Parts: sequence; C-alpha cells; structure tokens
Amino acid sequence: MEAAFYIAAAVAVFATLMVITRLNAVHALLYLIVSLLAVAVIFFVLGAPFAAALEVIIYAGAIVVLFIFVVMLLNLGEAAVAQERSWLNPRLWAGPALLSLILLIELAYLMLAGPEEVVTSTTPTGPKEVGIVLFGPYLLAVELAAMLLLAALVGAYHLAQRDERDGGL
Amino acid sequence: MAVLPTEYGLLLAALLFALGLLGVLVRRNIIFMLMSVEIMLNAAGLAFIVAGARWGQADGQIMFILILTLAAAEVAVGLALILQMYHRLATLDADAVSGMRG
Repeated sequence: MEAAFYIAAAVAVFATLMVITRLNAVHALLYLIVSLLAVAVIFFVLGAPFAAALEVIIYAGAIVVLFIFVVMLLNLGEAAVAQERSWLNPRLWAGPALLSLILLIELAYLMLAGPEEVVTSTTPTGPKEVGIVLFGPYLLAVELAAMLLLAALVGAYHLAQRDERDGGL
Repeated sequence: MAVLPTEYGLLLAALLFALGLLGVLVRRNIIFMLMSVEIMLNAAGLAFIVAGARWGQADGQIMFILILTLAAAEVAVGLALILQMYHRLATLDADAVSGMRG
C-alpha cells in the first residue's frame, strides 16, 4: 500500500519535471496528463476516491483538452502538418506511455486487492460524505463557485472575440 | 495495516508546488507558464486532500473541488487571453506584453 504511494509520487514528480523542461507544448501536455493521473492515484490511496475521479475527469479531461485545443488553434498551416508527422515518432510518446503503464498496473493492483487493502491511515471518505458536507455547511461556497464559473464563461467569451478594428478590448 | 506519514504527502505537495513555481520563473512561453500555474494549483489541492485524509473529514475534498473550480475558471480566461495575444502580436513570448499603452 505504501509502495503504491511512493511509486505514484515518483511518477508525478518525474512527469512534472518533464512538463517544465519540454520544448514542444503538446509533449509537455502529454506529461502533464501523466502527472495529473499520478496525483489521482495518490488521492485514491489517501482514501479520497471522489476527488480522484474529479481529478481525472476535470483536470486530465476538460482542462488539458482546453489547452490542446488552444495549442492546435495557434499553429495552423503547413508547419502543423510537418509537426503532425514528427509527432508519430514513437520516441516522443514512449515516455508518457511507459509512465501511464506504471500507473495502470498500480490501479489494477489497487482494484483487485479489495477494500481492506485500500484503507490506509483513515477510512475512505466517499462521495456521499462529500456531498452531504458540500450541500450542507458549504452551500454558500457552491453558490460562489457557480458565480465564478459564470464570470469566467462571460469573460472568456468576451476576451476570445476577434474584433476587426485595432485597439479594442 | 500500512500507515502513510502525513509529512510525506505534504512533502510531495511542496515538491510539486516548487516545480510549478520553477516553471513560472524559468519559462517565458506563456502557455508553459499557464501550465505551471495549473501544477501549482494542483499541488495546493493535493495538500488539502492529504490534510483531509489525516483527520478523516470531507472538508479537504470540498476545498479540492473549490480549487478545481478556480483552476477551470482561470484556465478559460487565461487561454482566451493567450489567443488574443497571439492574434495581435503573433508571439507567445510573455515579455512581449510587458509594456502597457494607456
């Protein structure tokens, strides 16, 4: 059980180090996904399965996909095609794939080990407990988060608009 | 039954935060700077989860969810600004927008 934490922690630190040293943004994003998945495994080990699921769905899913969309929007044209060809080089995706394989083996072990192995220092805090607390004492925070997301939606829509006349905004 | 020391979890969070800070300080490509900010926010969330696991309360996960919301909002606005910057200046160099016209 401890080994799962240490392996995932090592993968997270290594992948993060690779993120901040890559030259190509898409390679860095691949390593960023691995880093987030490793942190999700750590959440699972620490008895927070709901947070682990959110980490995978929202961080590694939504936020990184948003990054990839913007990176793809920025370099259009013939250079992008040559870049696409170079991305198919196995040497480039072998690193993230290997790290993901380590996490996959670890996850399979954790799921097959059964609940009594998963429990670490504390009992897991499942989605039910989180939901009860979230919509009880923290209801105001949920409302504020909703306002923040609405503001971000309106702000991103306004900022990403292309106006023809110069010096807008 | 194996017991994980809380210090190790917090140490990992601190390490990831330091790496994100290093990324912000070292890189000048604004997309990499935004990624490093995401790493730092994630490290802060990890610290909350570790603390929540230490006390066996759900509050740590609540704080993580709020940090997640903040990160999503921040990345949406940040990427819109990056698109606008690339559209106007055709560069991703953060130093290119160091001066303000006002």
